[in-house]
Amino acid sequence: MVNDLPVAAITAKADVKGLSFYYGDFQALKRISMAVHERKVTALIGPSGCGKSTFLRCFNRMHDLYPGNRYDGQIVLHPDNTNLLAREVDPIEVRMRIGMVFQKPNPFPKSIFENVAYGLRVRGERSRRRLEEKVEQALQDAALLDEVKARLHEPAYNLSGGQQQRLCIARALATDPELLLFDEPTSALDPIATASIEELIHDLKKQVTILIVTHNMQQAARVSDFTAYMYLGEMIEFGVTDELFIKPQMKQTEDYITGRFG
Amino acid sequence: MAYAKNLEEVRALIASHKRWDLFFAVVGVLALMIGVLTFAALFADMAMKGVTRLDLDFFTNFPSRRAGQAGILSAWVGSCLVMLATAFFAVPLGVAAGVYLEEYAAKNWVTDIIEINITNLAGVPSIVYGLLALGMFVYQFGFGQSILSAGLTLALLILPVVIVATREAIRSIPQVIREGSYALGATKWQTVRYHLLPYSSAGILTGIIIGMARAIGETAPIITIGALTFIAFLPPSPLQAAPPFLSFEWLLSPFTVMPIQMFNWTSRPEAAFQANAAAAGFVLVVMTLAMNALAIWLRYRLRRNIKW
Repeated sequence: MVNDLPVAAITAKADVKGLSFYYGDFQALKRISMAVHERKVTALIGPSGCGKSTFLRCFNRMHDLYPGNRYDGQIVLHPDNTNLLAREVDPIEVRMRIGMVFQKPNPFPKSIFENVAYGLRVRGERSRRRLEEKVEQALQDAALLDEVKARLHEPAYNLSGGQQQRLCIARALATDPELLLFDEPTSALDPIATASIEELIHDLKKQVTILIVTHNMQQAARVSDFTAYMYLGEMIEFGVTDELFIKPQMKQTEDYITGRFG
Repeated sequence: MAYAKNLEEVRALIASHKRWDLFFAVVGVLALMIGVLTFAALFADMAMKGVTRLDLDFFTNFPSRRAGQAGILSAWVGSCLVMLATAFFAVPLGVAAGVYLEEYAAKNWVTDIIEINITNLAGVPSIVYGLLALGMFVYQFGFGQSILSAGLTLALLILPVVIVATREAIRSIPQVIREGSYALGATKWQTVRYHLLPYSSAGILTGIIIGMARAIGETAPIITIGALTFIAFLPPSPLQAAPPFLSFEWLLSPFTVMPIQMFNWTSRPEAAFQANAAAAGFVLVVMTLAMNALAIWLRYRLRRNIKW
């Protein structure tokens, strides 16, 4: 069920068309279709096990790392209309265009600088000057630069949890992704760090399209422009966040957001 | 008192349970002591018997018919060179095989069979490796009774140890680190090169050194391929005064190693040679312990900056 969307001035960054996903014989996603709008934040909500993380990880073909997984349907990335799930599209190419931030901060056991520079190094950037510029810019964009400027070459593990997560965001931003995926980015953080990450996500949508999975409905309401509610691998409802939370079209959505279940 | 009737009974119950704690602690200490004390006694005995022979000359003299002038120069140089050759072959092969099995190989029955076989190889008696090497390296490939043959043989012997250590070290790296790397568009090789190998280097090095510590004491396969027991010259030096400065002639040189020198002396009837054997054994044990100490130190150093 799709609400009436304010169509004007909104272009889709990606279109999901009839996406199904299988872990072996188990069908985890059932014919999902939705749009991810450019330079907006789209939140995926739903109870544990509803497939929201599985759905998110389809966007950067993370499932290709493990055997026995199968996609069906399409995720079309605009403006070049590439089907990200097509067999002939290299998952590495997909991951070069789409960044990801994980549930638990996962900085590499290297220096702060090397963490952010890694994506650039993977892309063959060798110039020290270019690396320094991009690392600084990414840290700036992730609102971390002021805190770490003096200790770029110290181990990333000396940072607090919230700083580590912002470092992971900087690491993803350094390579200018077209779409940034967040998989419950604040579930391992305290409320203050959570607030700073939410604020950051809000600022970041000026430069990048964001898709975020959250188990926290208040968070979805606070940071997102669009929200999709999923249940048991199906997309139950997708629409403008304010409308979805204020007057959901589906009974199931209403039950979930009013806390009657899930 | 929810279940027991009163405080006294609870205390009595705890006391009787704690007797089992004490019993097991005593059994554990005894079990530990049997191993540790036996080794300590052997080591002390060897040190006392050999201490009179442990001087600089002992390290700089070739073996001799006169026990008082005999030394371990050719043996310790031989052991060091054989270890160098062993490491040169075992490390790249073992690490590459371990990385392949852990990160690249598809998880199917072929991989399972290979895994089981590697584990089994670690249990094959070393003399079997000696026989294999005698046929293959010494005769088939024509390397002769040389340091090269010995190095290749011992490399085969410790290969399973290096492979298993590499796999375990790589497996202990959390999956989120791999995903973090792949999510940035890295290939498998980039992930291995920039993350998995550096983060597992402590575990891999420990495995290599423990394998080498085993290899340095091996006697049977070295005797099988025909190391000499009495050798009064050194292999040609790997470093040369004239360009190209490096020489590999030593690889094809005859040699002896510490355990063989020791074996040779223990099989002599004169008591004086027994002291030589004890002294050589003491040096060999110290070499092995030093390698283990190095492994522990390296592990500590390399892991200091790595936390998950």
